[in-house]
Amino acid sequence: MDTREKDIENLKDYKYGFTTDIENIKAPKGLNESVIKFISNIKKEPKWMLDFRLKAFKRFKLLKEPDWQKPKYPKIDYQDLYYYSAPKSMKDKPKSLDELDPKLLETYNKLGIPLQEQARLNGIAVDAVFDSVSVATTFKGELTKHGIIFCSMSEAIQKHPDLVKKYLGTVIPTTDHFFATLNSAVFTDGSFVYIPEGVKCPMELSTYFRINASETGQFERTLIIADKGSYVSYLEGCTAPMRDENQLHAANVELIALDDAEIKYSTVQNWYPGDENGKGGIYNFVTKRGLCKGKNSKISWTQVETGSAITWKYPSCILKGDNSIGEFYSIAITNNHQKADTGTKMIHLGKNTKSKIISKGISAGFSDMTYRGLVDINSKAKNSSNYTQCDSLLMGNKCGAHTVPYIKNKNFDSNIAHEATTSKISEEQLHYCQQRGLNPEEAVGLIVNGFCKEVLQQLPMEFAVEAQKLVGISLEGSVG
Amino acid sequence: MKEQLKIDFNKIQEVSNFSNSDIEIKKSYLNKFIENGFPNRKQENWKFLDINQIISNNISDLSFYNDYSIENKIDPSIFIDDLEHNKIIFINGRVEKIDFSYEDKKQIEIIKDSYTIDKSQNNNSLIDLNIALSNKHFKILIKKDYSLKKPLIIYHLSNEKMKSKNINLRLDFELEQNSSLKLIDFFSDDSEKNFMNIFYNFNLDKDAILKNYKIDKSLNKNLKYSFNNIDQKQNSISETFVFSAGSDYFKNEINCNLKGEYSSAFINGIFSLDDNKQHEIRTTINHLVENTKSYQLIKSVLGKNTKSAYQGRIYVDSKAQKTDGYQLSKAILLDETSEFNAKPELEIYADDVKCSHGSASGSLDDNSIFYLMSRGLNYKQAKGLLINGFLLDVIEKITDAEIKDLLKKMIGLKK
Repeated sequence: MDTREKDIENLKDYKYGFTTDIENIKAPKGLNESVIKFISNIKKEPKWMLDFRLKAFKRFKLLKEPDWQKPKYPKIDYQDLYYYSAPKSMKDKPKSLDELDPKLLETYNKLGIPLQEQARLNGIAVDAVFDSVSVATTFKGELTKHGIIFCSMSEAIQKHPDLVKKYLGTVIPTTDHFFATLNSAVFTDGSFVYIPEGVKCPMELSTYFRINASETGQFERTLIIADKGSYVSYLEGCTAPMRDENQLHAANVELIALDDAEIKYSTVQNWYPGDENGKGGIYNFVTKRGLCKGKNSKISWTQVETGSAITWKYPSCILKGDNSIGEFYSIAITNNHQKADTGTKMIHLGKNTKSKIISKGISAGFSDMTYRGLVDINSKAKNSSNYTQCDSLLMGNKCGAHTVPYIKNKNFDSNIAHEATTSKISEEQLHYCQQRGLNPEEAVGLIVNGFCKEVLQQLPMEFAVEAQKLVGISLEGSVG
Repeated sequence: MKEQLKIDFNKIQEVSNFSNSDIEIKKSYLNKFIENGFPNRKQENWKFLDINQIISNNISDLSFYNDYSIENKIDPSIFIDDLEHNKIIFINGRVEKIDFSYEDKKQIEIIKDSYTIDKSQNNNSLIDLNIALSNKHFKILIKKDYSLKKPLIIYHLSNEKMKSKNINLRLDFELEQNSSLKLIDFFSDDSEKNFMNIFYNFNLDKDAILKNYKIDKSLNKNLKYSFNNIDQKQNSISETFVFSAGSDYFKNEINCNLKGEYSSAFINGIFSLDDNKQHEIRTTINHLVENTKSYQLIKSVLGKNTKSAYQGRIYVDSKAQKTDGYQLSKAILLDETSEFNAKPELEIYADDVKCSHGSASGSLDDNSIFYLMSRGLNYKQAKGLLINGFLLDVIEKITDAEIKDLLKKMIGLKK
């Protein structure tokens, strides 16, 4: 097979499925206090951080794994996982990109993420996380000028302990549910963003997550703080190599928006979904939660979920500040044997709070998709409103689409409206498109794109193009 | 409670004459109930209103003994006069009278049924309790091609003996091919703080039609739970209407299995609540074969300290192509202490279906009030008119004209 053929072959399947052969440092297998101490030690963390982890671990031992979700999975042996894996060359963190292991650079280039600063044209600052550590953050100089802190979590713990101490665990406490608590105990790295008062972040910030090593769980932790009157748009992308085993990804993402601040968080999740027989793939059990702490603050989640064997996550907004706004836009696509149980929670606590949920689910093949959402309007949340729309599209009669909304209205001044539909692509639409010269796959692609448009529009430009392509690739072979 | 239950169970067996096999079955269900206890909020179906808590808050000294050998006196003043009807009268969970005087006696069979182990039964511990403690139950069979001339009204009565007691009752109905039945459940209570647990089983053969209207109107301090299981064959139609208002707590569960092609189920409900009342409707429609249809409309008007919940589930099997499923729930919250909860759920495994649900809740529309007041109505009248219109929508869905008028009169809605 010459290279061209190989390339085509790669494109057809999961094009990020390669592995990078790189020397790793791993923590001993298993989950116990000494592993947590090992992680904390290797990251040279202060004592309060270790205490935070141990407190979470103590709590974790008391918790039971939840089992109410729709997609069931074989029991995970938490003692049979590596909780820390890092490229050896990262032990002493390189000072600049020139010192970075060329193999790592190559990996990111393959993924289409240029880490070299000459890729300035791109205009996106990237923090790349490889297995357990952050390998590089670009555009630091430019960002520092504005007073913006954008670095890896480990660096933030060393350099900005006050901020981390003040906010870490305030939205997702160490006493939260099973996976969040596990993350609090063993999290390895992630991104930290702080936007100072009144600053509009001049570029998109982006983190790229990559799981490489086998038998490794990835537990990253992201913390974004938008101080008064600031704005930030943050992108997150994820890929993993093709492996036969299921790998666990249990991240925690915390967003905090103070008075008049706005955070826009976009995700294009393209973890390895497993092969067409449902073997392998990532378990994506992520906790994402945003707190609109201040008045007039806004948090908006946009997600395109195409990967993972099982996606199980509910990016949520706690609307605590008066007049705050929460938004959730989601496209979730499942094909073959993929399963997704995703949605959002909007918890209205402050007065005049507003939330909007647009969710589009597409299931094909043997897959199973569930939208599960909660809208809870507290009795003090006067004059609040929520609008929810969740639509599902089914392709074939071997797949399932489910909607499970929970609606709680405790305030007579507030309005909640919820709508959901489930249908298939109509024969008329397909016929019309084909009549105009499109082949069936193109026709489906066009219709699906139209179906998803409301959500795709919310993505930043660069991402929108990628996402649109991804939607097409994910559904390949599902027609007919 | 466990000890009390065992003692009361044995006492009931002493005064009743069940067959040995019945007693064995009842015992096994009793043990199942003792193991699981009353459902609580940890179970998904009881998330919004926790009956375990509600019972312990309202009836601290709940007991289960019920002497089925004592005859109770029927007070004819509670009968509905406006409508000629057949009667079944339950007093304290005991059948006092079955009267089909308007019907052809040969076409209706009343069978004393024995208990069987119900394998299909879910893990609903209230059904276990019902089977363990209810009296001998009847099965009413309506023969092929027979339509009842007059509606059947089932009176659910209780007297002062039933204070702080649990009442269990059960009825089975079998509608043979092309038969039809109109059934009204009417509640009237002379006692306080009891917990009534009703279990109906309906079996609809081809082309059969069942219309069931449940009316809980008179204010009382009792708790009620009702479970309807409806199995439907080809072309059969079931229509269920619930008016939920009078009791302190009332949960209606309707489980509908559409097993035959072109069968359809309609469920309509009204919550009209005031003063600390907590009501719930939970529906499960299982679309199991092609070309079936279901329609649900639930509306709530909620006053002071009230809570209503609607859990609607539409399940579409992978075989059930061309399913049409629709759910709509709307609520008006009148007071800052009222609360509305909904969980409209779709679970779909077939692709050629049309399923949708909608839910809306909020306060009365200020613009509409303003409009009516500018036309000369006072605030109270304007509010009344809007609520009237809101609820009338559901009543209009009732397909039987005679019963529709009766209900309108009972509820006090104007056209």
